[in-house]
Amino acid sequence: MGRYVVRRLLQVIPVVIGVTFIIFCLVFALPGDPIQALAGEKRADPNIAAILRDHYHLNEPLYQQYWHYISGVFTGDLGETYNGRAISDIVSQRFPVTLKLGLTSFAVEAVIGILAGILSALKKGKFLDNVVLVATLVLISIPVFVLGSVLQLELGVNLKLTPVAGIEKGWPQSYILPAIVLASTSMAYIARLVRSSLTESIRADYVRTAIAKGLPRRRVIGLHAMRNSLIPVVTFLGFDLGALMGGAIITERVFNMPGIGQQLAQSVYLRERPVVVGLVTLLVLIYLAANLLVDLMYAVLDPRIRYE
Amino acid sequence: MSEKTIERPTTDEASLAKEIEAEEKAAARQASLLKDGWADLRKRPLFIVTAFIIVCLIALAVVPSLFTARSPFSDGFCQLQNSMNGPTGGHLFGFDVQGCDIYTRTVYGTRNSIVVGVVTTIATTLIGGLLGMLAGLVGGWVDAVLSRITEVFSALPLIVGGLLIMSIWGGGDVWSVSFIMAILGWPQVFRIMRGEVISNKYNDYVLAARALGAGSWRIAFRHILPNTLAPVIVISTMNLGVYIAAEAALSYLGIGIQYPNISWGLMISDAQDRFLTSPHALLFPAGALSITVLAFIMLGDVVRDAFDPKMR
Amino acid sequence: MTIIDPTDAVPAPRPGDAEKTGPLLEVRDLHVEFKTREGVVRAVNGVNYSVNSGETLAVLGESGSGKSVTAQAIMGILDMPPASIPKGEIRFYGQDMLKMSAEERRKLRGARIAMIFQDALSSLNPVLSVGFQLGEMFRVHQGLSRKEAKAKAIELMDRVKIPAAAARVNDYPHQFSGGMRQRIMIAMALALEPDLIIADEPTTALDVTVQAQVMDLLAELQREYRMGLILITHDLGVVADVADKIAVMYAGRIVETAPVHELYKRPAHPYTRGLLDSIPRLDQKGRELYAIKGLPPNLLKVPSGCAFNPRCEKAQDICRTERPLLVPVTERDGTELPGRASACHFWKETIHG
Repeated sequence: MGRYVVRRLLQVIPVVIGVTFIIFCLVFALPGDPIQALAGEKRADPNIAAILRDHYHLNEPLYQQYWHYISGVFTGDLGETYNGRAISDIVSQRFPVTLKLGLTSFAVEAVIGILAGILSALKKGKFLDNVVLVATLVLISIPVFVLGSVLQLELGVNLKLTPVAGIEKGWPQSYILPAIVLASTSMAYIARLVRSSLTESIRADYVRTAIAKGLPRRRVIGLHAMRNSLIPVVTFLGFDLGALMGGAIITERVFNMPGIGQQLAQSVYLRERPVVVGLVTLLVLIYLAANLLVDLMYAVLDPRIRYE
Repeated sequence: MSEKTIERPTTDEASLAKEIEAEEKAAARQASLLKDGWADLRKRPLFIVTAFIIVCLIALAVVPSLFTARSPFSDGFCQLQNSMNGPTGGHLFGFDVQGCDIYTRTVYGTRNSIVVGVVTTIATTLIGGLLGMLAGLVGGWVDAVLSRITEVFSALPLIVGGLLIMSIWGGGDVWSVSFIMAILGWPQVFRIMRGEVISNKYNDYVLAARALGAGSWRIAFRHILPNTLAPVIVISTMNLGVYIAAEAALSYLGIGIQYPNISWGLMISDAQDRFLTSPHALLFPAGALSITVLAFIMLGDVVRDAFDPKMR
Repeated sequence: MTIIDPTDAVPAPRPGDAEKTGPLLEVRDLHVEFKTREGVVRAVNGVNYSVNSGETLAVLGESGSGKSVTAQAIMGILDMPPASIPKGEIRFYGQDMLKMSAEERRKLRGARIAMIFQDALSSLNPVLSVGFQLGEMFRVHQGLSRKEAKAKAIELMDRVKIPAAAARVNDYPHQFSGGMRQRIMIAMALALEPDLIIADEPTTALDVTVQAQVMDLLAELQREYRMGLILITHDLGVVADVADKIAVMYAGRIVETAPVHELYKRPAHPYTRGLLDSIPRLDQKGRELYAIKGLPPNLLKVPSGCAFNPRCEKAQDICRTERPLLVPVTERDGTELPGRASACHFWKETIHG
């Protein structure tokens, strides 16, 4: 177990370096001169521009700039905007919104998705199963921004059940609808995943053994079959935890929530390179951390992994 | 199941004959798996419905002029005085904010959605498939390097990575959007292909073929590759709908397909601001998008059910 | 899920009742069908057999002969649907288990009737420790605490001669060798000292040397606890040492029954003869091995008449038209041979000719 954890931790290092380098290179290639952009329509003062270039290491070779950036990342410094504002400042202001949205959404998709999947697997081929299957197809097919807009109109404007947009009402009122919308696609995938993996493990030999042992049906399904079916589901949930943060970009736009995603989209338009790099790096690191967490969970859930 | 009563060859000749037979069977097995899958597919009512919708969509994509008398690229197509007008007799879906006919634009938008979906799928399948096969077959440091590269690329979620890359290259047409999604999407196919190749590499029939002196290339193309096709076909079909939805999402965020090109995602994005007062401008392209994604997702589902032997 | 009707509840009989109610287990005219896409598969067509306490019945047959399906019907672990039991009785201490409620049957399973499966690796839950899986029997059926159950599990592992049981109780199935895993399966079946054990090909997946050890262990424990044992196998070599009597199955029916040594000496059915002749023997070294020609029948299209006729060397016209019944086998002079029966039109020629 210990060796597995260490190996997995070591494996993540080249990935972090690789992906941050790619992000960095891509953003470095952003068209337009940022210092000129800062000056707006006027011609930038050459002296001030030179000082600024120096301050942001813009004159140094790419790899040195990368070094400044990566060493900053690991000391908790995501750099600063061209206006001199620390990006970690922006993050600390914006991140709680995205985090609340993401975690609420995560809870929604895990609970509803798993329950729907179990129901569907146990009633395979029956009416309820078909209802779940059709519902998942619909959820997967309707893009998040469409579902968001429609629910916003129906529940927010027409029925006045939820706030239409913004986060003034705080958690949970302002977050619940966006969270459901953000969770919708993954919820459908989880329901299908649970359905197929539970169907498979119900047919497994060890479940037959559990029945032959005279265990009550609850225990056969809930413990023997579910314990195995959960392995792929946990994997999916882990990958999705990171992906949710990215998906929040769209949801935050639909519901006008001042989170990381909205900031990121804005910064892309405004060509604020350091902000884009900082935020994307943050999202990618969260994503990688979630994946790492999944792998460690995996070792707990599936004893066969530990001893490979 | 080994049953003692079943005939057991005792001589070397017989066992050699059996091995040759095993090799032929392995090749035939794949052919029959695909054939069975296809035969199974044609019998499913869901497949027929899905195929019908997709044929219609392809017709819309190839010859949009058959379905509408107007052209979105002609002069005077958009009349500002019609801005946000609702559906009327001659304009079933109404007008958007520029006063353009939404029906015509929706019809013409089909092509871009489908082209992005198909091109991205083909590109990811080719890139991921070839690299995955290389990694699986060669192994060693090639596998190690390719696997690390894959991990780096799969650490960029589609929307986040897309946002980043498109913001730099500026997006624009179907080709650049497809290209970017292919760059971010190939690792998934790579993983499946690599896994399949590795698990097939040690199968009995491959060992048998090797024992009979079949060359590496022959083994790769006649024995390993055909057996990896079914899962790759399944995942690629399932991804078609996902990519179509992703294109719409990128365009919705303003970093996918740009004017003057038509994209449902872009139309939805434009309609969003006025959605609460005139929902028609959003609902028609959104409906078209949902039906298209649904059709391709269902196609992926039926193909998986038909081709995945485990699901039978 | 199941409504327990108090008037229906029958107190589970104890072993002492055996004298009053006849054999430990009696299967009467059992039929099992499976509904499939291609049609109805009649997997078991009127099987009769019985086992007494301390007795070993070997059920012999190829895959698809219905031997495992019969066992699963006895255990009550058939998936219904697609399976159904249109006809028959399975009497345990005289009580028809098919008429019991699901809850009553569940309480018998594991506690009074236990089963050992063929492939211990897939039959043990890969993500639960063996100690947990063994202890579960005590926790569910006897309400023992987690700690007591673990102690019992260690005791059981010792009982089936797993070295360093206390140290290995928290290990997972994949950490054991094939033979050790099968011992764990046996321990699990033995846990509550059941009256009847059904072993479905318990040694097929094992190496030959390990096979013998596992069979010996099973036989030893059976003697010790005086359990009834139904041993399902296709391997005549395994049967000879441990079984008391044999039932040979073909295409869902019993084609021959006999005490074990008599069957080896004088088979009364051409199929049994074929099985015996296909055992490799030292005195026939160098000669080509005998094999029954053809393949087991497709259960969707069982041949008319005697199901074995297309593969039988002795088949005559009558074998293709008329199904032979299982009739008692006698000596040439008509003296009875207790326990012997054959379903062959030409059993006389086969046993005496």
